[in-house]
Amino acid sequence: MLKPYITAIFTFFIVFAGFASAGHNEAQGAESKDIKTEIKSYINHHLQDSHDFNLFELNGSHVGFPLPVILWDNGLHLFLSSAFHHGETVAESNGNYYTLFHNKVYRTDAAGSITLDDHQHPTNVAPLDFSITKNVFMILVVALLMLWMFGSMSRSYKSGKGLPQGVGRFLEPIILYIRDDIAIPNIGEKHYKKFMSYLLTVFFFIWIVNLFGLTPLGVNVTNNIAITFCLAILTYLITTFSAKKDYWMHIFWMPGVPAPMKLVLAPIELLGTFIKPFSLMIRLYANITAGHIVMMSIIGLMFIFKNWLGSSLSFFLAFVLSILELLVAALQAYVFTMLSALYFGSAVEEHHHEEAHH
Amino acid sequence: MEKLISEFSVGLFFWQLVIFVSLILLLRKFAWKPILSAVDERETKISEALDQAEKAKAEVARLQSNNEALLREAQAERDAILKAARDAKEAMITEAKTKASEEANRMIEQARESIRNEKMAVMTELKNQLAAFSLEVAEKLVKEQLSTNTKQAELANKLVSEIKLN
Repeated sequence: MLKPYITAIFTFFIVFAGFASAGHNEAQGAESKDIKTEIKSYINHHLQDSHDFNLFELNGSHVGFPLPVILWDNGLHLFLSSAFHHGETVAESNGNYYTLFHNKVYRTDAAGSITLDDHQHPTNVAPLDFSITKNVFMILVVALLMLWMFGSMSRSYKSGKGLPQGVGRFLEPIILYIRDDIAIPNIGEKHYKKFMSYLLTVFFFIWIVNLFGLTPLGVNVTNNIAITFCLAILTYLITTFSAKKDYWMHIFWMPGVPAPMKLVLAPIELLGTFIKPFSLMIRLYANITAGHIVMMSIIGLMFIFKNWLGSSLSFFLAFVLSILELLVAALQAYVFTMLSALYFGSAVEEHHHEEAHH
Repeated sequence: MEKLISEFSVGLFFWQLVIFVSLILLLRKFAWKPILSAVDERETKISEALDQAEKAKAEVARLQSNNEALLREAQAERDAILKAARDAKEAMITEAKTKASEEANRMIEQARESIRNEKMAVMTELKNQLAAFSLEVAEKLVKEQLSTNTKQAELANKLVSEIKLN
């Protein structure tokens, strides 16, 4: 239903914006190029993790607060990220010097020199970085928020005689939805209970984190491959360790097909067990990253067009896209939970081989 | 793919793993288990309550049908009693009527009897009187007729003639 509208808006927008900006192009050519590169670097910067929590930039100075940097480089190095001065200075810790290069910490000398190889990659030693970065900080915030939210919800059942109070009234239908429409149909009445904790946590974690990503705080947790990799590997490990005989039987010795086919199918099925969580990882990462890039590009267009038609149109488009992103935030959480449940379901499924098998 | 690998941050992965796994464990203990068990408990309570309501409804229906049966029985009994009373009344009336008419007949019969007796007495009295009168009259007549000797002789003759000697 939404798709034709978006297409129409896009067409309208491109045609008119093209006309509108045509007049300005030559006069403001140099200026708009600067803005374009600035926007591009801003978007790149936004998508990256960072060692300090930047709220916004005011007249070239950063407004925010520093976060702890924890490095393992033949010993523990602990200092605040304010020591980097947003990558402008070299930080000294226990006789070692560190500097930021593209938001990554490298060991350097007192002068902060970085040597690059042919591919523009630094050859300096990168220490193991366990810093509480912006994303780690956000994960902690979300984790504490969830603990508080669901903890108080579970307590409210006792005072409310089995009925949820406050925020629980909104959350309970969602929990019941995950139980009745995701867990039970996919995993089955018999085994679903032991997976509920993971499914509920992963759903609310992805959803809340995605919603925080849409706020102007600019914390974008789920567009880090490390995060989605972590979630996917957990799904993979739970699937693998809760798998029953039938699951392995279906991978290595598919019943009901001729022996040569079984030999062909085994590696394919085995590969499939890795591809499934891999697709989970990529889907969540790509959806959120793409959403943010498009969103920020359209907001950036406002500054490029600098006329009432283009800017108001891109404002409208950004507004529509924000609503779409709200949907995507919940949808991706749903898809991840749903597919995890599906994989768990296939792991604990019990077949009856004597009866007909496809 | 290469970009993805170069983007991969070990530190972020480490923290996410630590925080997320502890989040799952903490929430399981403090939130999911109590919430899901509370919901389960509530659901069983609701279904039990519904069952009980159903049972109570059946019980009420049963009681109602019982009551109706009782009512019908009572009505039937009442009807029977009324009918018996009516019958008794009618029987009593009929009996009284027969008794009364019998008594009346008996009395009438008695009256008739006494009338008949009176009449007989009167008749006897009358007959006696008549006989006395007749004797008196006959005496007088005989005295008259047999006042002379001739007349006496005539009668004696006549009587003698009437006697047939066989």
